[in-house]
Amino acid sequence: MKRTAPYLVLAALVLLPLMQYSPVLRLGSDWMHVIIMAIMWTVTGMAWNLLGGYCGQVSFGHAAFFGMGSYCAALMTFHFQASPWWGFLVSIPATAAIAMIMGFLVLRLRGPYFVLATLAIGEVMRITFENLVDLTNGTKGITIVRDWVDKTPYYCIILGLAVGTYLLIKRMIGSKWGYYFVAVREDQDAAESLGIDTTRYKTIALVVSAILTGLAGAFYTVYMGYIDPQVVFSLGDISILIIMVVMVGGVATFWGPAVGAVIMIALSEYIRTIPYLGTAYQTFFGILLIVIIIYLPNGLVGDYRKLAKLFTRKTPGAA
Amino acid sequence: MAILEVRDVSMFFGGLAALSKVTFDVEKGEILALIGPNGAGKTTLFNCVNGFYKPSIGRVEFKGETVSGLKPHQICARGMGRTFQVVKPLQRMNVFDNVLASAFLRNPARAKAEKVVEEVLLFTGLWEDREIISKGLPLGKRKRLEIARALATQPELLLLDESFAGLNPAELDVSIEIIKSIKKMGITIMIIEHHMKVIMSISDRIVVLNYGQKIAEGTPAQIGHNPQVVEAYLGEAADA
Repeated sequence: MKRTAPYLVLAALVLLPLMQYSPVLRLGSDWMHVIIMAIMWTVTGMAWNLLGGYCGQVSFGHAAFFGMGSYCAALMTFHFQASPWWGFLVSIPATAAIAMIMGFLVLRLRGPYFVLATLAIGEVMRITFENLVDLTNGTKGITIVRDWVDKTPYYCIILGLAVGTYLLIKRMIGSKWGYYFVAVREDQDAAESLGIDTTRYKTIALVVSAILTGLAGAFYTVYMGYIDPQVVFSLGDISILIIMVVMVGGVATFWGPAVGAVIMIALSEYIRTIPYLGTAYQTFFGILLIVIIIYLPNGLVGDYRKLAKLFTRKTPGAA
Repeated sequence: MAILEVRDVSMFFGGLAALSKVTFDVEKGEILALIGPNGAGKTTLFNCVNGFYKPSIGRVEFKGETVSGLKPHQICARGMGRTFQVVKPLQRMNVFDNVLASAFLRNPARAKAEKVVEEVLLFTGLWEDREIISKGLPLGKRKRLEIARALATQPELLLLDESFAGLNPAELDVSIEIIKSIKKMGITIMIIEHHMKVIMSISDRIVVLNYGQKIAEGTPAQIGHNPQVVEAYLGEAADA
């Protein structure tokens, strides 16, 4: 069951777009939008989880990488009249460079100091992009022409990115790197004295996490067709939403980000449709986060396992 | 032949000299014990040797190469393992994964690293506990886990910081046997210990620190009768 679960999920996701054309239970393009967003947030959640969940370096500034990726795509069109799809390629060295500079500056900090520094860097990026008007068109933002009206191609691309991210992270976590990341999270001094170059492995986690987040950002541009610094460098809607996705789903679990993304995106789309209360959707997120931290500190996926174990242990006694 | 040479090492914290001009050698293959009252600078010396601190003055040579100024992971890669007085297991990992994380240092391939872990866990008697999350281990086993992790980095010199503190007599005997077997494997050991029964029975030589200064060095028999050491540390109990 456990081994086949990923394939079942994948098969369902591959077949999902066909639902748009099915006569019964017809899937509208609004639903496709929600699903695409959920998968995009899964990618960013998995990326954040690598650094924050496994390596223990909690970042409140992932919007820096998301926005950087977004702008890479947008600026290809804005300045060079090239296809925004080149942004995917350009975003890799660009976000990696930002991550390395950021790592050099803040990875020597530990605990809350690191968190605050990442928060500051995310905001610095937003303000910089707002003010470099010649380069970024400032707060007016950039509009690009979307390639397709149909949502299916976008769906396929983001699904491919999500599967790639999942496989990459799974591979990393199962190898020496994964153990080193967790060792750094659990005790940096012990990790150092066991021969682990903690600075190096923290940098690796940061750079990989940044690149994946940047790719999701580039996707956001080509999919949405419009970005401005307040959207893609947003503290609340990007940096903190990424953390929410992982916290709700389960920190340091493979499936946590996916579960968290589906719940958070579905919830936010639903709450926004409630009259009067809709604009206060972030309040609901806050309440949800408090409930999760108190009752399911390891997230839905993390604590589901605990519940399952409890259940299987009780069964023989009852029988 | 000396595997470790500590030369005129001084360490200042502000105006306080935690160590002043400490010099001694650790010979290859021996067990050298470092003893002294609380606050004598024993752990500070370990931190200088394994790279957590850079000595303010003086230097440390390991296998003929100056290592002071290198980072702990670099020194570990050169063949020095250490344990901590306050145990630092990777709490949310199980025992096996704890040791695996250190075994990767010399064996990047997972299958080979797992083989090393198996050997080390059998050797330290933790094989049965391999799936327990290390947070849940009793203190005695956590102390042994520290040793197991350090061994998995396949060191030539092992620094043990109070690996016997807080153990009950049965656990003590197990750990003494483990230390003796480690020595038989050809690994040099430098150990900090307060438990005099352990020190006198396992160590080849003893270095005594007091207020950051080396006050004596010699075999257990010599140290037991050194009036300075008796006054500073052992007290009358040493005669009993």
